[in-house]
Amino acid sequence: MRQRMSAFMPAIFVLALAATPVWAQAQLSPGGDFPYRQSGPPGADFTGVWQPRYHEDQPDRIPGPELTDYTGLPINDSARQYADSWDSSRLTLPEEQCRVHVSPYIYRGPLNLRIWEEKDPKTQDLIAIKHYSSTFEQTRTIWMDGRPRPGPNAPHTWMGFSTGRYDGDMLIVETTHLKKGWVRRNGVPMSDRAKMTDYFVRNGDVMSHITVLIDPVYLTEPLVRSQEFLRSQRELPAGTWLWVCDPVLEIATREEGDVPAYLPGEHPFKDEYARRHGIPEIGVRGGAATMYPEFQEVLKKAPIPPPMPPPQRGASRVTGPGQQQGR
Amino acid sequence: MTTMQAFLSTRLRFLSGAAAIAAGAVLAVGSGAVAQQNQNFDAVQIDTVKVRDNVYMLVGAGGNTTIHVGSDGIMVVDTQFAPLSTKILSAIRAISNAPIRYVVNTHMHGDHIGGNEAISKAGRFRAGGNVVGDLGAAATATAVIIAHENVLKRLSAEPASGQTQVAFALWPTETYITKRREFLFNGEAVQIIHEPNAHTDGDSVVFFRRSDVLATGDLFTTVMYPFIDAANGGTIDGYVKALNAIMDITVASNVNEGGTMVVPGHGRLSDEQDVVEYRNMATIVRDRVREYVKRGMTLEQVKAARPTLDFDPRYGSDTGFWTTSMFVETIYRQMVEANPPAKPATQRRGRTE
Repeated sequence: MRQRMSAFMPAIFVLALAATPVWAQAQLSPGGDFPYRQSGPPGADFTGVWQPRYHEDQPDRIPGPELTDYTGLPINDSARQYADSWDSSRLTLPEEQCRVHVSPYIYRGPLNLRIWEEKDPKTQDLIAIKHYSSTFEQTRTIWMDGRPRPGPNAPHTWMGFSTGRYDGDMLIVETTHLKKGWVRRNGVPMSDRAKMTDYFVRNGDVMSHITVLIDPVYLTEPLVRSQEFLRSQRELPAGTWLWVCDPVLEIATREEGDVPAYLPGEHPFKDEYARRHGIPEIGVRGGAATMYPEFQEVLKKAPIPPPMPPPQRGASRVTGPGQQQGR
Repeated sequence: MTTMQAFLSTRLRFLSGAAAIAAGAVLAVGSGAVAQQNQNFDAVQIDTVKVRDNVYMLVGAGGNTTIHVGSDGIMVVDTQFAPLSTKILSAIRAISNAPIRYVVNTHMHGDHIGGNEAISKAGRFRAGGNVVGDLGAAATATAVIIAHENVLKRLSAEPASGQTQVAFALWPTETYITKRREFLFNGEAVQIIHEPNAHTDGDSVVFFRRSDVLATGDLFTTVMYPFIDAANGGTIDGYVKALNAIMDITVASNVNEGGTMVVPGHGRLSDEQDVVEYRNMATIVRDRVREYVKRGMTLEQVKAARPTLDFDPRYGSDTGFWTTSMFVETIYRQMVEANPPAKPATQRRGRTE
């Protein structure tokens, strides 16, 4: 999985060089702080309709992550306990049914992405780059006009507050003011104190998108991920751009105020992922060490859990005792 | 004794015994910090956040202040610390020169009522007829101060030995004893709704119905674990109920964002989804401790199980007037009271009792 900071920083730099005109490369310094450029040559044109390709991290992104799979995530003990306690039944609560993937996660899933620019009609200066995601009908505004970031008491949103700048042809975006979300939709949390830097690079009809997420609450190291998009040659039907969510009462017998959760350490399917795939527990529990190549050697020495017993005919998944918490 | 000294002394009386460990500390959790007695209020700046066209949130060093402005005048919800009153009034006057008609207190804590005297005196109420005839100029000399009846009971109670009475000028001048008090102000319905035995026993939320803004007081914050002031009637069950009641009032858009805006007691401007996350946290921690109590675990065993581990880096604190340990202890004691452990079964005359 491409979730490794150390492996990706050179990759980001190479992408930057490839996408940067010669005149601009002279200004580059790896990891340097580039001044905001309002004038001068524009960066690459990202406008159009884009659709993701899922060859990267496909099992994690399309069928979706399995329960208690935290592999490759630099999470701390608090994030691990949060995810261990997370019961997917929580998404049946009316107040949870229409929750949106935060911008550090929304590009990972299936979506159609429309990008356009907003220009000052008098000067044609670039004011903002807009990203509209068909998933959850979210519009992300990337301010390019140098406006200040909101203060610490401003509200947080799913997309956050984003400002952008071009480094040659690469678009770099800084985002704060995010709502609490997740870094993996099996309950691994992202806090509302997280900050993200996006790198958008275009090569022909391919757009590479790299994100670096820093979360002082739940991550011990930056989480780096990447995904790619192909430019669509035609507009899509209107209906493909819509996401209508209308929360309803799904479990009539649930007591008001109930929040489904497992007791810490009592997730009934805690071992399922490791046993099904034959992965040592220290691998599936996540943590920064699991991102690095040398962890392969550690894995080889770790005990492999026993395989799952074959399902019995007619049997359904059990309900663990912890699942009753809060009811 | 100066007003500030009296206030600080009173403040300590409000706090539970555990909180008094932070001797000399006062409740001031703006930005997650505990203001010390020697806090330099001169350094505090008031951040004015526009919530709607006629509603603003003022963030300083005490609890957040909500300002509602219109043709009838100004309503002020919570007044922070007394030494900040001049700055609060300046921030209000930067918004409007209309007269301050109402001060509403969401509860009794000093970081929410400290400026009552100065801010109410800067306002004036409307009165006429017999009221003016009986009271003279005093009838309109100040803005009225509204709170739940239990706020007045707590503030006016005989102080314990060695403690000081809360200054009369800080007391509410009008109270309500029903579930809610509501009236029309600036052309919109204002609902002051009591939530019993939550943060304290005198909590109110203030809902500006047309503007769709809810000021919650300390029934919701973004900076700390729920402060259950048990000494003043607060309970974890009441707190969780209050959070659910807040969610009954708020309405979000179809993607759980925006809609009703929520001014928290402390912290940043929020909406329903932020309350949902906070409610989830409070409920999950409460439920864990309750389950552990049912299993017969001692307080030490419960603490060792770390029922707040997943939320500690976001809301926890090892120092100050309300630590994570105090939060767990308070829940534990209240769960034990609600679910006393079963007596060991004894055999007598062949029967199990």
